[in-house]
Amino acid sequence: MDQIATRDAYGKALKELGMINDDIIVLDADLSKSTKTADFQKVKPNHFINVGIAEQNLMGIAAGIATTGKIPFASTFAMFATGRAFEIIRNSIAYPKLNVKIVATHSGVTVGEDGGSHAAIEDISLMRSVPNMTVIVPADGVETEKVIKKIVEYNGPVYVRLGRSKVPVIYDDSYEFEIGKFSILREGTDVSIIACGIMVSKALEAAEKLAQNGIMAEVINASTIKPLDAKTVIQSVKKTKCVVTVEEHNIYGGLGSAVSEVLCCNYPAPLEMVGVMDVFGESGSPDELLEKFKLTSTEIINKVNIVIKRK
Amino acid sequence: MDNKLIDKKAKEIRREIIKMLGEAKSGHPGGSLSGADIIAALYYKEMKIDPSRPDWEERDRFILSKGHAAPLLYSVLALKGYFDIGILKTLRKTGSILQGHPDMRKVPGVEMSTGSLGQGFSTAVGMALSFKLYNKSNRVYALLGDGECQEGIIWEAAMAAAHYNLDNLVAILDNNGLQIDGKCSEVMCLGSLANKWHAFGFHVISIDGHNMEEIVSALDEAKTVKGRPTLILAKTIKGKGVSFMEDRAEWHGSAPNQEQVELALEELK
Repeated sequence: MDQIATRDAYGKALKELGMINDDIIVLDADLSKSTKTADFQKVKPNHFINVGIAEQNLMGIAAGIATTGKIPFASTFAMFATGRAFEIIRNSIAYPKLNVKIVATHSGVTVGEDGGSHAAIEDISLMRSVPNMTVIVPADGVETEKVIKKIVEYNGPVYVRLGRSKVPVIYDDSYEFEIGKFSILREGTDVSIIACGIMVSKALEAAEKLAQNGIMAEVINASTIKPLDAKTVIQSVKKTKCVVTVEEHNIYGGLGSAVSEVLCCNYPAPLEMVGVMDVFGESGSPDELLEKFKLTSTEIINKVNIVIKRK
Repeated sequence: MDNKLIDKKAKEIRREIIKMLGEAKSGHPGGSLSGADIIAALYYKEMKIDPSRPDWEERDRFILSKGHAAPLLYSVLALKGYFDIGILKTLRKTGSILQGHPDMRKVPGVEMSTGSLGQGFSTAVGMALSFKLYNKSNRVYALLGDGECQEGIIWEAAMAAAHYNLDNLVAILDNNGLQIDGKCSEVMCLGSLANKWHAFGFHVISIDGHNMEEIVSALDEAKTVKGRPTLILAKTIKGKGVSFMEDRAEWHGSAPNQEQVELALEELK
């Protein structure tokens, strides 16, 4: 399977957008080579703004630009975008519902060697809690490109969570992304595995292995965390009667919480979560860290076996 | 408009501030009154605006970065005809468009939702940057508080404004010397604001913020500055125009009662 980091796909999508859309302005806070906004800068240098190491001002300037009818993309690492600049996003972007696209890279523990200070495991939770905010976590490079192009057509604040490391490509170019619509990657009747981001490919791996043991798992890519596609979740769980959520994020406040909220209110069913178990990340190679934090297909299978017994 | 007439408008603005805060029974009179002369100069002389077309693309932008002075902005917008002046008495009440701090989605003429200090200025820099990038002639004016300059984002934004040569941006610092907990110099000393802004790359003009001639001439001078933003350091008196409120920190965030409203309006005749 081809492997591409979602941040690389972001750089490519921005570059293509820059060539055709003169309203786009890309902002970064001294991390353009890492976030890949530098790819845009190369083709459209006068529409690229580096604010220096100042994430609060990154968001404030982006908000100001949005009031002039232009479409700012503000990028930095997920930790600094949603942590450092949280209140600017809340008050100057989301509260006035301004058309700012916050695209953050280096999310989750797979930020790797930089360690826990840089590994955002609470960004989905933070962004999901803010009214007016749309939260999207693409699963691969193809979906990232589709997401970036789609959010330009939507007028309002969006948070897109991307990663540093290469992940398998699961979609082909015919895939069509829609904000607020989950895609069912594999149909099944025994358990719903609802995953997002880099964990979607692991969910597919797990489903493949489960099938060998006669367990038919339905795999859903929950790429829009907010607004959540409640309809697809409920339909799937009505069929499978149990669910495992999978995310590279704290189990508190992220995808697992979002799915739980929908199910508890509409169709209560046994649910298990695979995610970061309320601990901080640490240094290491991304693959080793995924093992260490139990963000693996093996762990998904373990949780599936547990949840099925709870039916 | 003649400076004497702008002074009259400033007095009208002050009267509306007092009346509105009396009705609301909460809010911020001190820092609203200190900026009245400045905002009168901006809305009655300086800025290219059209109250009948609040979304006019060519308009200049005013950002009240010290958003707690919302009554100041609401007064001038109502007097200019952006909305019915009767609405002023709904300030801070449930269902009103006039929130405790300005909401751009509710009030015609409000260019940015502000209130959390420092952020308005950062967004003003973004606006000026966008106008510059697209070769537009719109100018951007931001009113800042001195206490507000204790926020780190102010200096991040100041650096960026100078770095990107935003000569279409004018920051006006309502330097009344007081904040909620007391004197700025005692709560958290700001040092020399003129030196600080100069060091951050701004063209600094120091004036008496209640002298209309000085305000108008500073705004004129700002237009002649090329390649860098301007900071007008306006020395003001908190609560200006109402004797019992002048230079008293306790009037930062408490509204006058009925008797005090009447006393104040008598002084503002």
